[in-house]
Amino acid sequence: MNRYLESLALALSALKANLLRSILTTLGIIVGVASVITVVSVMQGFTDSITKQFENMGSNTLLIKPYVPFKERIVGKRARLTISDYEAISRAVDGIDMIIPVVFQAPGQLRYKGEQTSLQYYIGTVAGYDELNNFYPQKGRFLIPSDDTYRRRVVVLGADIRKDLKLPADPAGEYVEFNGQWYKVVGEMEQQDSTLGFSQDNMLIMPFQTAVALLRDKASENMQFMIRVKNVDEVPRVHDQVSRLLRKRHHIGKRDTDDFRIETSEQIKERFESILDAMTYVVAAIVGISLVVGGIGIMNIMLVSVTERTREIGICKALGATRADILIQFLAEAVILCLLGGVIGIAIGYGLGALVGALVPTIPEIVVPVWAILLSLGFSSLIGILFGIVPASKAANLDPIVALHYE
Amino acid sequence: MTAEIIRLEGVSRHYQMGDETIRALDGVDLSIFRNEYVAVIGASGSGKSTLMNILGCLDRPSGGLYRLNDTEVEGLSDSELSAVRNKEIGFIFQSFNLLPRATALQNVIQPLIYAGMSRHERRERAMAALKQVGLEKREGHLPNQLSGGQRQRVAIARALVTNPAIILADEPTGNLDSSTTAEIMALFDKLIESGQTIIIVTHEPEIADHCRRVITISDGRIVGDTGSKGGAA
Repeated sequence: MNRYLESLALALSALKANLLRSILTTLGIIVGVASVITVVSVMQGFTDSITKQFENMGSNTLLIKPYVPFKERIVGKRARLTISDYEAISRAVDGIDMIIPVVFQAPGQLRYKGEQTSLQYYIGTVAGYDELNNFYPQKGRFLIPSDDTYRRRVVVLGADIRKDLKLPADPAGEYVEFNGQWYKVVGEMEQQDSTLGFSQDNMLIMPFQTAVALLRDKASENMQFMIRVKNVDEVPRVHDQVSRLLRKRHHIGKRDTDDFRIETSEQIKERFESILDAMTYVVAAIVGISLVVGGIGIMNIMLVSVTERTREIGICKALGATRADILIQFLAEAVILCLLGGVIGIAIGYGLGALVGALVPTIPEIVVPVWAILLSLGFSSLIGILFGIVPASKAANLDPIVALHYE
Repeated sequence: MTAEIIRLEGVSRHYQMGDETIRALDGVDLSIFRNEYVAVIGASGSGKSTLMNILGCLDRPSGGLYRLNDTEVEGLSDSELSAVRNKEIGFIFQSFNLLPRATALQNVIQPLIYAGMSRHERRERAMAALKQVGLEKREGHLPNQLSGGQRQRVAIARALVTNPAIILADEPTGNLDSSTTAEIMALFDKLIESGQTIIIVTHEPEIADHCRRVITISDGRIVGDTGSKGGAA
């Protein structure tokens, strides 16, 4: 064991003798590991922020929306949910604590005193949406039941709108022009966490009936119902009951698929996470390739180094070095090179991640998970062994006589 | 009673060069005893380097028997051969062959690492060997900070440090001027006095004359052997 530790010392001194070359050699590994750490830390940040977002929506919440498979959608088939569906569910399904309709519509133009902005989307809904989504106004008020009853032309603005339109600090009471109609601002919502780095606050909320009147028959294609179930244990039963009711109402045959979809907050979260996971895998694959390229760089330089030190290897063999001694010395050199690259890469990756975190305010905090660090170091060592083995065995198998007379 | 350290019986070494077989050594019989001071001479291409490589366990004979210090070299594995080189043989080369990035002391320590010796003992023995060649004050110098004679003395210290059965020197003074050559030869004489066995491969008659026994090689065969004490001529 002792003699192999000495091989390590010898490897270190060889690397020190060519310090600049050693660092340049590890550049591939540095870039590879730095990208792993950056990507993983940023992804982790996103995941944390999304997870937090869906925690707002309780686990006893169901979301019902019209659904047609993409294949059928492109031949013009549309799925609809109607107000009478909404009324039927409220009437017939037990165990519902709250049910509210939501129409989603994208995008629109909003004007105020010569300023204008494009909305990402707007929502038509009723009082209670704020409570169900744990999403409240920070100024003014949210919608009230009478807004809906009288189809008032009032809006609650998303948190970004006031800045975009240069509205007064308290926008309540101002009038804005939306798609050619005038609406009175009654409140402003609080800031939401962004989704995948995009702000969600460039939007407005109006009374459900107002939106339905605006959209006419398009409303039913964009209709969603949010249901809060009284008791979490009853979520599956409510789910089934709603499903049966809607199938009956929509005249869906026994073998036909639903033209709607019922999602729990859990499922939505999972879907987001699976998208993130897929992105992580793709990035990991790219990074893996760059590490392999880095490893080839290491192999290349190690082969050069073996040739340069042929005579030295011959001397060591004459002095009694075994194949294993030489093999381990050069393997150690390759692994140390890769680990060095790994450590530098982790530092750079952490720095880049922190930079992204600072530039994108919605990523709460950059955390480099321990598994990513261990994985990077492990993978770097593996690359070192994998790509070091060829030059090392070339060195170990040199004929001492030939090596001693190498010029 | 002098012990036989080296025994060669019918040792040959053949190389295949295309269709041609080159007989670098062709049936060499040779015995060398403890504390002998032997010169191997011959023209270039005579086979003396091949003999040196085989004696030094850097190469294996194509045929015949080689016994070194009662060890049958034939049939040893690669790592066993390494161990034999480490324990039984001290090499000295024409071009010194020191490790360029290692200090004089580290160079002398290197074979002791392969011998698996403890750090402390290594250092002590290496310092003693450097002292023996009069370089104890140069332990921290790198080879390129030493003169040719000093480098060769470091190499001699490195050859001595494992207490080998034989010292094999291949043209040890080939790169040195005459006064340094005399210095190195005086050092060899001192080693002989202390009981070492030394084999010098050379083509310089003056060096050969200095030794007590001269073996002449030509065309892969021993054609002359003075003062043999029992080996076949």
